[in-house]
Amino acid sequence: MRIGIVCPYSFDVPGGVQNHVRDLAEHLIGLGHEVSVLAPADDDTVLPRYAQSAGRAVPVPYNGSVARVNFGFLSAARVRRWIHDGNFEVLHVHEPGTPSLSLLACWAASGPIVATFHTANPRSRAMLAGAPIVASAMEKINARIAVSEYARRTLVEHMGGDAVVIPNGVDVGFFAGQQPRPEWSGETIAFVGRYGEPRKGLSVLLEALPAIVEARPNTRLLVAGRGDEDEALRSVPEHLRKRIEFLGMVDDVDKARLFRSVDVYCAPNTGGESFGIILVEAMSAGAPVLASELDAFSLVLEGGEAGVMFPTGDAAALAREAIGLLGDPGRRDALRASAAASVRRYDWSVVAADILSVYEMVTESTARVTANGGPR
Amino acid sequence: MRLVLTEYSVALVLLAVLLVLFGLYLSWTATRLDRLHVRLDAARVALDAQLLRRSTAALELARSGLLDPATALILAAGAREAQSADPDEREAAESALTRDVRASFEDPTQAQQVRAAHGGPELLDELGRSLRRVQLARRFHNESVRAVRQLRSHRLVRAFRLAGRAPDKPNFEIDDDPPVALAR
Repeated sequence: MRIGIVCPYSFDVPGGVQNHVRDLAEHLIGLGHEVSVLAPADDDTVLPRYAQSAGRAVPVPYNGSVARVNFGFLSAARVRRWIHDGNFEVLHVHEPGTPSLSLLACWAASGPIVATFHTANPRSRAMLAGAPIVASAMEKINARIAVSEYARRTLVEHMGGDAVVIPNGVDVGFFAGQQPRPEWSGETIAFVGRYGEPRKGLSVLLEALPAIVEARPNTRLLVAGRGDEDEALRSVPEHLRKRIEFLGMVDDVDKARLFRSVDVYCAPNTGGESFGIILVEAMSAGAPVLASELDAFSLVLEGGEAGVMFPTGDAAALAREAIGLLGDPGRRDALRASAAASVRRYDWSVVAADILSVYEMVTESTARVTANGGPR
Repeated sequence: MRLVLTEYSVALVLLAVLLVLFGLYLSWTATRLDRLHVRLDAARVALDAQLLRRSTAALELARSGLLDPATALILAAGAREAQSADPDEREAAESALTRDVRASFEDPTQAQQVRAAHGGPELLDELGRSLRRVQLARRFHNESVRAVRQLRSHRLVRAFRLAGRAPDKPNFEIDDDPPVALAR
């Protein structure tokens, strides 16, 4: 099948949507499909072979923060040319509800269109103002996919209409197959993410650390990700600082090895998560998960069946649960077993097959994707 | 006198411009509505194809000889009913097929038995896939119905009869929950 995928965010910035698009494209190519990805890129960005640049994304204020967006007639013309040259059987756009390449693609294309919605966020004024503008582009979408029940609810509330839920994919075998590292094993807790961002919740974990170390003196906390170490350590008592190791940015292999090594992976996030793919990665690698009770996390952890949850932001509860987990190998093994069963449905083999079913369904009528003559 | 004439003609031009703009808006709305109707027709074709695929998968499994005769008969009858139902009984018949499949595989050992037999995994996987595809196709179809209805209920669309004589298409409401043993 000839498939055109539109990614609204640049590949050289890390992010869930970009990762999803890259993995999906590579998986579909592996299955023998022809895939072209259109994404924003700077002139010096090295793109994967299957990707095409839509030009540089420009930062503009939107919805209370600064979004990097491709807009204007030049971008629209580029999108139209890509659609025209690609002669796709199906067009798959990501996050078309925001001002983005995906919205431009909906605007410029006719024919079978599939859209995936990633974000879950509260109703915003920007969205209300934009609703009628977005509506006519959205009407062209034949099939809507939400990456989680939570993202689906957001979509239903903001724009009306329904979507099917197909989760983000994870290469379960990759995470399950990595070797643990001895220096990261033995009463260790892992935290992964840009820890400078308050919503990632490292401060909650650090607040819980004194109680955890008091009960289990050998506990070490391994922090992977980008951020300012001194800033993060400011609130930590002097004698506890040597119990914390900063690993800096880690690649996918080291991230998997970290998950394979530790006794507990902790996700103390305080909000802003629509899916929690990192939980699925940790579960795939066999790390017992201790996470805050966010809706998105609760869905992945099956309400506590496949991982332990604590009230969001509650450091005392986090400490209690962590101490319990660190001292009970049997419980950790039970969590590993039930997590291994529940991550199967997130494996790319399952997810890609489901997405392909959607493609086949919308291409049931023989029409191809064509570029409109002009804006309408 | 000349001044009055000028004002008069300005008003006339203004009126003409407004009329043209209004006409453009109406034609744009008609285009949107037409596009939505086309999308709904395509969704219905896809849904019918998936329903047929599902009943065919159930029928093949029933005829495979891998099931006990009672289960096979229930599945075969359900599939036949679904395939030959009149349009107004379609939803009931498809729901009944879903319940037949669910009843057949409620006991998880049933699926294990079939899976262990030669050719069993293929038949079960095809049935499982088709159950999922019916769920997907039905969601997309009903979402298209909603979009059409929303635009058709627009005041201007009604006043100018932009929907023409296209009939109002209903949702397709069936029970399509697969049995646990065949769910993804």
